[in-house]
Amino acid sequence: MKGLKKKIDSVKPQFEKGGKFSKLHSVFDGFYTFLFTPNETSRSGVHIHDSNDSKRTMIMVVIALLPCCLFGMWNVGLQHALAIGDTNHDLFHLFFYGFWAVLPQILTAYIVGLGIEFIVAQIRGHEIQEGFLVSGILIPMICPVSTPCWMLAVAVAFAVVFAKEVFGGTGYNFLNVALVTRAFLFFAYPSKMSGDNVFVSVGDAAAVDGFSGATPLGQLAASSGPAEVLGVTGNPLSYADMFFGMYPGSWGETSTFCILIGLVILLATSIASWRIVFSGVVGGVLMSLLAHNFATPLYPVTYLTPIEQLSLGGFAFAIVFMATDPVTACRTNIGKYIYGFLIGAVAIIIRCYNTGYPEGAMLAVLLMNCFAPLIDYCVVNANINRRLKRAAVKN
Amino acid sequence: MNVNKSLLPLINPLSKDNPVIVQVLGICSALAVTAKLEPALVMTISVTAVLALANVIISLLRNTIPTSIRIIVQLVVVAALVVIVDQVLKAWNYEVSKALSVFIGLIITNCIIMGRLEAFAMSNRPWASFLDGIGNGLGYGIILVIVAFFRELLGSGTLFGCQVIPQWCYEHGYQNNGMMILPPMALITVACIIWVHRSRNKDLQE
Repeated sequence: MKGLKKKIDSVKPQFEKGGKFSKLHSVFDGFYTFLFTPNETSRSGVHIHDSNDSKRTMIMVVIALLPCCLFGMWNVGLQHALAIGDTNHDLFHLFFYGFWAVLPQILTAYIVGLGIEFIVAQIRGHEIQEGFLVSGILIPMICPVSTPCWMLAVAVAFAVVFAKEVFGGTGYNFLNVALVTRAFLFFAYPSKMSGDNVFVSVGDAAAVDGFSGATPLGQLAASSGPAEVLGVTGNPLSYADMFFGMYPGSWGETSTFCILIGLVILLATSIASWRIVFSGVVGGVLMSLLAHNFATPLYPVTYLTPIEQLSLGGFAFAIVFMATDPVTACRTNIGKYIYGFLIGAVAIIIRCYNTGYPEGAMLAVLLMNCFAPLIDYCVVNANINRRLKRAAVKN
Repeated sequence: MNVNKSLLPLINPLSKDNPVIVQVLGICSALAVTAKLEPALVMTISVTAVLALANVIISLLRNTIPTSIRIIVQLVVVAALVVIVDQVLKAWNYEVSKALSVFIGLIITNCIIMGRLEAFAMSNRPWASFLDGIGNGLGYGIILVIVAFFRELLGSGTLFGCQVIPQWCYEHGYQNNGMMILPPMALITVACIIWVHRSRNKDLQE
């Protein structure tokens, strides 16, 4: 490590102002601060110091995502093995199948996204921000395993440029970049983002008899009454299967159990706001109770119980990893309750009552991203008015 | 640039004073008719014709129109012209007329037209007004055609209805971008044009 530091320090002057590569200063700075803690201190005045900078925050979120990510890879392998009737369910055999299946997606997302960030930072003369560290892993996780890499590249480029860079880069985006990518893919290439054939990687092998790659929510949306949720080979899914996530879906978001591990990490390091998560779950549960009470064959998803609603599909993932994004969420504490509650409720409403969209979590979070500043504005103004009234009474 | 001063009403709206990307007018129809090139082109011609003729007529009448009812008079003139255009389209190009449906009728409410009548034709001579109408119509049309070009190329893989993206691309997994057909991408395409235009014309940056 010391040798590396010496080497980097020796080339550093070339990247300073006036040096040979001064144009690439922000690239150098990005790598330097990624590897070592910057030793720059403020020149004047008193400042509060905290070791928790945005780099560390981002890394913690990536760590919190790891359980979901690893489980998702294993699940891709499992669904593949089930689909082709492979009886070799060895842990590493399944995991590495999934690993190689999703690795190109992860690499594509990182290369395209970071590439654009580096270029924009160079042009604007900014420091390179680390916001894409999280987005880059989130984006493949919320997409079907069979998403072609070129589509992912187009969508990532669109989202990074139009949802983030045009608004000023990391920290200024009002929409969640990963979800904009997902939404772009969903609307631009619907045949590759929904339906029965995209969520299970079958490969070249022939699928077994009775195979169906439909996701649980997809099956329900297409059914015409209270139906049993089936796995890929036609056997019913148990509560445990739903909770641990052994069903087809966007590969990173199926396991509610792994999402809960991630949630514990995020809450323990106080990166995610517990208010948003709590009120999001409350909103989801209340809305699903309401829907369940008035279940009709017209909207078959309403037959799901709240527990099933919370453990199926992308709801849990969206509440824990998307809604809590501190940049796009509300800033005020009361606002966070409202914001989370509405995400939970709207996600279930879309899921139940809009049969065109089997999963509504993505649209719910994007919708509330748009309303977050308004909620904050109302909360702040209500507070100002309340205090003004109190002051007026005393006079 | 040395241009004849009398031609300025024709040249200015093409870029420096473009009705869509500088004055941000007529956005509504720019979203509605730009999914394909053909309707965009027909819309361009229709708006240019209506705008030029309405400008001339209002300019001829400008000294006789009482100020208090001038908007109504302008509307009557525009509405009459739009009805004529609509009928001509129905007679000569029924398919496109069906594709454009209400949007030909809605030319009446296009803010570019009312804007030019109020701002230019009411206080200028007929010839200048005619040039202004042609210029603004074409300025509007350029943007429409650019937007429609990208939307049709990326959204349907065709231009004027002919396939331009080779078949082997589709065989190797290329897919048309369905989002380009949806109205939001028209706004984003217009925004991109504004972006490029502003970075070339720094004096327009706010």
